[in-house]
Amino acid sequence: MNIFAETIAWLADPKHWTGTGGIPTRLLEHLQYSGLVLLIAAVIAVPVGLFIGHTGRGRVVAVAVAGALRALPTLGLLVLFALLAGSGLMPPVWALVILTVPPLLAGTYAGISSVDANVVDAARAVGMTELQILFRVELPNGLQVMFGGIRTAVLQVIATVSVVAYLPLGGLGRYLFDGLVLQDFPRMLGGSLLIAGLAIVVDLILAAVQRMVLSPGLTLDSRGSHKAAEDLTAAAPAGAAVQGGTP
Amino acid sequence: MEWFLANSGMVLGLAGQHLVLAIVPMVLGLLISIPLAQLARRNSTLRSVVATATSLLYTIPSLALFIILPTILGTRILDPLNVVVALTIYAVALLVRAAMDAFDSVDDDLRNAAVAMGFKPMARFFQVDLPLSLPVMFAGLRVVSVSNISLVSVAALLGVGNLGFLFTDGLQRTFITEVVVGILAILVLALLMDAVLVVLERLLTPWTRAAGGKSSGADATTLITEPKSGPGLPHAGLRTDPGAPG
Repeated sequence: MNIFAETIAWLADPKHWTGTGGIPTRLLEHLQYSGLVLLIAAVIAVPVGLFIGHTGRGRVVAVAVAGALRALPTLGLLVLFALLAGSGLMPPVWALVILTVPPLLAGTYAGISSVDANVVDAARAVGMTELQILFRVELPNGLQVMFGGIRTAVLQVIATVSVVAYLPLGGLGRYLFDGLVLQDFPRMLGGSLLIAGLAIVVDLILAAVQRMVLSPGLTLDSRGSHKAAEDLTAAAPAGAAVQGGTP
Repeated sequence: MEWFLANSGMVLGLAGQHLVLAIVPMVLGLLISIPLAQLARRNSTLRSVVATATSLLYTIPSLALFIILPTILGTRILDPLNVVVALTIYAVALLVRAAMDAFDSVDDDLRNAAVAMGFKPMARFFQVDLPLSLPVMFAGLRVVSVSNISLVSVAALLGVGNLGFLFTDGLQRTFITEVVVGILAILVLALLMDAVLVVLERLLTPWTRAAGGKSSGADATTLITEPKSGPGLPHAGLRTDPGAPG
């Protein structure tokens, strides 16, 4: 029990909330790394996912590549990139991008291809161009499923960025590794709670955004789409684990 | 390659530890998940509780969990038990969903037929429900297998012995070969485990081939959710695949 009291004391200590090693700074670093990784990964994964989802072409290749990427151990890839490309921010970021592309790609693809083929055909029949179909029909209708993939990817990145501190960079993971070296358990436990808390809060925010962004028509929709959404929110964490990305 | 040959004993030893740390939680997770899923299927309140709890558990990063658990369990931070418990939690979170989907995939007509033939509830569960749910169950197991093998290496950061040691050691010595050997060893391990699960599934579900239809293995290899997949493929939620088997 003692350690819990010490951890709370550590978290409550105003000294830990200021300066370069303070919690707000580390939190900001954590969010910056995560944001950078997600941005690069999204620039790569979303267009490819949209293309595959819309045309159905290249599906087999994408599945094979994404599958192979999923089996890669996060830690190994981070260390390899750090050794090959030297220290600094970008090597680990690229390693994390490689691990983040599969869930984003899978989510985007799954979202687009989850849209009822009849709806797409109807859009084509009323004379919409392919791009209009993609952005005005498939994207809004597939958004619910797509959010599953997005949330998986975001959670995974927030979790994995903790490992970056090992390389060593900043972020909330600093507290874990510094605490380990110093045998300072309140610091480690405090850091862990902060990371877990951050992951949960960000996921809740995304859930709220999902509710706001979704077309109201979808929530009134048949049971079918509800089922799909449920499956995906449940599968979201599963995907994260598959990545080996929840360190 | 030379380094690997010179140190093959060490690598194999670490691989053994790695395998134990990955397989034990998977088996424990399965043993916990099957009764839990069976209970949750009968009770809709429990079902939603399980669904929420499992997604919440998954948001906890594993490195954080490896550190939080010792204070809850009273173990030392280096104790491999922490890793086993943490990975069991993740395995349960995943397998409960998979098991519920798996039991849902069993045709109700078959259940009724078994009851009509005089199967007692227990016998029906073990001789009808469980075997028929295996294809979907195995899809879940294969996901857990890859994820565990990958996650175990993270525990090396805290000093728990496994193939992840090759990463931490390689970084300290700036020795790329060691890191590459580690990555390859983990990939091989993941593929081997996946192949074992595929073979096991084939052995345990001979009827899926006899029927000449789609083999369940083929469904399981679909990486991405196929919400429009045909009837009888209810595990669209398992949007996951370990990679090309074999």
